[in-house]
Amino acid sequence: MTTIQTSMPARAVHADTRPLWDRLRTNRNWLALWFMLPAAAFLILFLAYPLGLGIWMSFTDERIGRTGVFVGLENYEWLWSDSIFWLSVFNTLLYTIIASAIKFAIGLYLALLLNRHMPFKAMIRAIVLIPFIVPTVLSAIAFWWIYDAQFSIISWSLIKLGLITQNINFLGDTDWARASVIFANIWRGVPFVAITLLAGLQTVSPSLYEAATLDGATDWQRFRYITYPLLTPIIAVVMTFSVLFTFTDFQLVWALTRGGPVNATHLMATLSYQRGILSGRLGEGAAIATAMIPFLLAAIAISWFGMQRRKWQQGSDND
Amino acid sequence: MIDFKTDRRSLLKGGATLMAAAATMSSDQLLGYAKAWAQTAQWKPEAGAKINLLRWKRFVEAEDVAFMKVVDAFQKATGVTINVSNEAYDDIQPKASVAANTGQGLDMVWGLYSLPFLFPNKCTDMTDVADYLAKKCGGWAESGKAYGMLGNKWIGIPVAATGGLVNYRVAAAEKAGHKTFPKDLGGFLDLVKGMNKNGTPAGMALGHASGDANGWLHWALWAHGGNLIDKDNKVVINSPETAKALEYVKQLYENFVPGTASWNDSNNNKAFLAGQLHLTVNGISIYVAAKKENPAIAEDMNHAHLPPGVDGKTRELHLGFPILVYNFTKYPQACKAFTAFLLDPAQFNPWVEAAQGYLSPFLLDYEKNPIWTADPKNTPYRDVAQTANTPAGVGKMGENAAAAIADFVVVDMFANYATGREDVKTAMASAERNAKRIFR
Repeated sequence: MTTIQTSMPARAVHADTRPLWDRLRTNRNWLALWFMLPAAAFLILFLAYPLGLGIWMSFTDERIGRTGVFVGLENYEWLWSDSIFWLSVFNTLLYTIIASAIKFAIGLYLALLLNRHMPFKAMIRAIVLIPFIVPTVLSAIAFWWIYDAQFSIISWSLIKLGLITQNINFLGDTDWARASVIFANIWRGVPFVAITLLAGLQTVSPSLYEAATLDGATDWQRFRYITYPLLTPIIAVVMTFSVLFTFTDFQLVWALTRGGPVNATHLMATLSYQRGILSGRLGEGAAIATAMIPFLLAAIAISWFGMQRRKWQQGSDND
Repeated sequence: MIDFKTDRRSLLKGGATLMAAAATMSSDQLLGYAKAWAQTAQWKPEAGAKINLLRWKRFVEAEDVAFMKVVDAFQKATGVTINVSNEAYDDIQPKASVAANTGQGLDMVWGLYSLPFLFPNKCTDMTDVADYLAKKCGGWAESGKAYGMLGNKWIGIPVAATGGLVNYRVAAAEKAGHKTFPKDLGGFLDLVKGMNKNGTPAGMALGHASGDANGWLHWALWAHGGNLIDKDNKVVINSPETAKALEYVKQLYENFVPGTASWNDSNNNKAFLAGQLHLTVNGISIYVAAKKENPAIAEDMNHAHLPPGVDGKTRELHLGFPILVYNFTKYPQACKAFTAFLLDPAQFNPWVEAAQGYLSPFLLDYEKNPIWTADPKNTPYRDVAQTANTPAGVGKMGENAAAAIADFVVVDMFANYATGREDVKTAMASAERNAKRIFR
């Protein structure tokens, strides 16, 4: 920056005589803008515009096949006193918090295990990724059969073992249904957390562990004072993504339960689809989708401000 | 999805008339007929017309084969290209809606329920086609008019419906003390209770199953005199009649096989064919599949209409299959000509026969087709148009009623009470509120 500043006055004398377009074309400050333009256009066209349109739509009564008129907060007012909407908010939070916490715990544990030296290391690491690679809809259909009210393999096995006498009502009972979709989500999400944390673990220098071992640190102390602090930035990123993915999950729930039984597994995303696309109330669907934004912003803000702090970055208290 | 091929056995079972009818026209004859038809038809397809048609994915393979034969003959006779794509039941509506919203991609859709009513101002006026067909094929059933007309205008042509009727195992029903199928609500409840006691339970979907759950739960509501909306489309769900319907369904639910609250449209087919379910409400597809895969079940099962309501009238909600033409298509004449051709007796009769009862007509002449009497087990499906109501019930079919059914307002109300999540008052109040949100 300073070099530009110092060279400017000398050039300015000539520059003023050239046409505006030439000046803009060659001016270094403007040049940066030109280079950023394609990326900015891409972001605006494919991210900002649809988002803006969605938010605008939530203030209209737009339906499929016809544009709406501005109705202010009407959609939100209806949602505010809509028990199904609040149930979906509760379900989404429950789903996100429980699934993310368990995914983190299992993922971290797996990462630590995989970080050890063991035979067939590469192969085992590849196998762990499988749930993440299988298309969500395929794994959802597999789970749908596993949870089937009549043909569940789990119920069948337990009955044959004599442990239960009748099929477990996996997707027909509200508590079971919630647990079942959360389990399926965990199964699918753990590899992402595990592999990313493993990548983080591998950046930790072995010399730190050697030094700690020489000082007589226990396994726990090495984890607590070396691994964990050095891993925090990665954890923050991974968990942000994990929470975002879980919060916005749609496919698993839609394929398994369609939000049933009695809306016990309706997430905000599935409810938004049902109201917006299936019943054609685009405005209302958009309002539900827009209502997800504050939650997502909060999740991002927590990790964003967290990552700015030294304590998170370095594990020390000197911030 | 059930794959079914017409093999020799099922054809023989269907009776000689069926065989004769299915073989009435070779493809050459069909082409000859199509050419002659196109000469005289009042709709002249645009030159070089190319139509993108979306339809639901078949449940009965022979039906699809027959449909494609009609498409083929029409293409050859008129020079129109028809591009047929298939989508599963659940995906038809989102795709059709997106096409309606963006104004491109599709020219016509053969969809489900009240699809044209979701976006009536995007549908071509089909009144001329409907009038032509009415004149030629014995007129429309009242329910056909309700399914096709918005005001005085036809916005879609109700090609057929698949009936949501009772499928039951005869032996199990007899064991529960019902030699003939019950004719009233009390008898039906008694049958379901008896079957449960004998370990041969019934089961009907209470989950978000757009076809099955909406079908029988609307019957239960209407049978007790309840309605979501009155004739002026005012929300009247919160009523003593609805409360009675809720109590009735709860008693049924308590005697169902476990898990019905999670069922979608395919669960009951699977369970019935596996011999674990002995009574349900469904189209004829279970029977069609059983004839092929499990003759013992086909032999022991039968069909019946749901019992009439407290006023003695039977009102059922069947799965209608309307065809619509978008008003942004470049080839409206070609689309209309194809729709009229499809429902022409020479095409429609063999097609209905190939569908083996899966397509119940709204045009009265087609009730005389031999398929309905060749096998007495098919007969109840003939009368589907007579008992059919639109999702609006006594109200006027329109965008709002179409939205209410897609949003499972009635299904959720019954499921909320039957599963014990809400009491009668709360269940009705939440349904009322939800309906008011839609009918505001």
